[in-house]
Amino acid sequence: MAFLEIRDVHKRFGSNEVLRGVDLDVDPHQLVCLIGASGSGKSTLLRCINALEDIDAGVIRLGGERVSGRGVDVNLLRQDVGIVFQSFNLFPHMTVLRNVTLAPTKVLDRPTVMAEERAMQLLRRIGLEEKAQEYPDRLSGGQQQRVAIVRALAMEPQLLLLDEITSALDPELVAEVLNIVRQLAEEGMTMVIATHEMGFAREVATKVCFLHEGVVHEEGPPEQVFGQPREERTQAFLRRITEAGRL
Amino acid sequence: MYFVLFIAVLFTVRDGVLGDVYFRRDVLFSADAWRSLLKGFWINIQVFLWAEGIVLVWALVVAIVRLLPHRACAPIRLVATAYCDLFRALPAVLVILIINFGFQRARLPLLENFSTMQYAIMALALVYGAYVAEVYRAGIDSIHPSQTSAARSLGLTYAQTMRHVVVPQAVRRVVPPLLNDFIGLQKDTALIFSIGIFELLSRARFINNAQATFTGYTMAAMLFFIITIPMTRFVERLQRRDQARMRAG
Repeated sequence: MAFLEIRDVHKRFGSNEVLRGVDLDVDPHQLVCLIGASGSGKSTLLRCINALEDIDAGVIRLGGERVSGRGVDVNLLRQDVGIVFQSFNLFPHMTVLRNVTLAPTKVLDRPTVMAEERAMQLLRRIGLEEKAQEYPDRLSGGQQQRVAIVRALAMEPQLLLLDEITSALDPELVAEVLNIVRQLAEEGMTMVIATHEMGFAREVATKVCFLHEGVVHEEGPPEQVFGQPREERTQAFLRRITEAGRL
Repeated sequence: MYFVLFIAVLFTVRDGVLGDVYFRRDVLFSADAWRSLLKGFWINIQVFLWAEGIVLVWALVVAIVRLLPHRACAPIRLVATAYCDLFRALPAVLVILIINFGFQRARLPLLENFSTMQYAIMALALVYGAYVAEVYRAGIDSIHPSQTSAARSLGLTYAQTMRHVVVPQAVRRVVPPLLNDFIGLQKDTALIFSIGIFELLSRARFINNAQATFTGYTMAAMLFFIITIPMTRFVERLQRRDQARMRAG
């Protein structure tokens, strides 16, 4: 049984059905990359996994336990599942350090000293310890996104969701963020990543899923999906990406 | 500049009769008159401070109730909305009269042993609470939903998200409109003369009647100027400092 199981998940916004029966399995220590055009449902799927959106049908299980639908303690679920957003969403009225320690102190009731020590460790790892007392808008986009990743990691999640975390960054800042993801992958963090960075997906993914119109159209190891895509839609998508010089 | 011009006009029109009416020197420079007025003004300031303190908290509670998300909260959401509508529709002076005389007469349990001044504070707090709740609500609404998503995704509850993420940002954002309402409240403390509290305005009237002049009103106006204008500047400075801190780290 997979660590994360997604079965026949449907999600609609008004008359727009964004997810039309998604199935996906993620094993521990896997790094799954979701690729697909904008609007194919990648972000929505991630938000559903984290219960930021309610699903209309289907079931999501984490470690064998149902985490979607009624009667689920979403706060408990979210302690195990971290998410990092495209637009960073740091809290602008708090220092970098406070951004990182807020959830551990309030949700896990960690003593402030402990939480700060741990936060400084994490910040040191990403080379931002000297920014600990700064406010987010003094940081570059890449630095903000690294802090956002650390903020999620401070909760020690079992699963990390990354929602197009480099899409809002200037090109020269992308590498510093991807390096952290690479590091996390090497350490065995289980991750589901929605991304437009095909080169990166090809390099680090253990599994690539191509989403099209709200369903997983094709999935497999990156060599197969990128090398010999079976489905016509996947081929067309990758052709467009290649033409744009992004692969 | 305009103020000086205005005074000049007052003193020249009809041989300065207006100057006599509003700026009679024997009253204007009377220490007794000032002493009495300041005593009255102290009452206004006390009423203002109490009412403001209550409003700041009460209005936030009302705003948060109005924004409670769950369907089960609909009834109390409705109560909060009705409160805002009702008290924004009524003239403040009417609320003061209703609450003071009505509550005194009705001997309501818990509410019967209040002084006139406490009823006045209560009335002003209720009126301004309705306005300020709307200000808070607008501020909370203006915080982008992505902030809530981020906080909730970290496992914070709805209440924790409001407490640590949404409300602090919202409050900072609404400082200017809040200030507006507080200057309004500051001035509306004069309305409590209507229930017989011997505050600034009543005392100014008393001086006017005794001296056959309107100079008492001018002096009362000066006292309001002295307190409200610096207050405006002070809060503006606080705000700039806060912004500078967020930007400069």
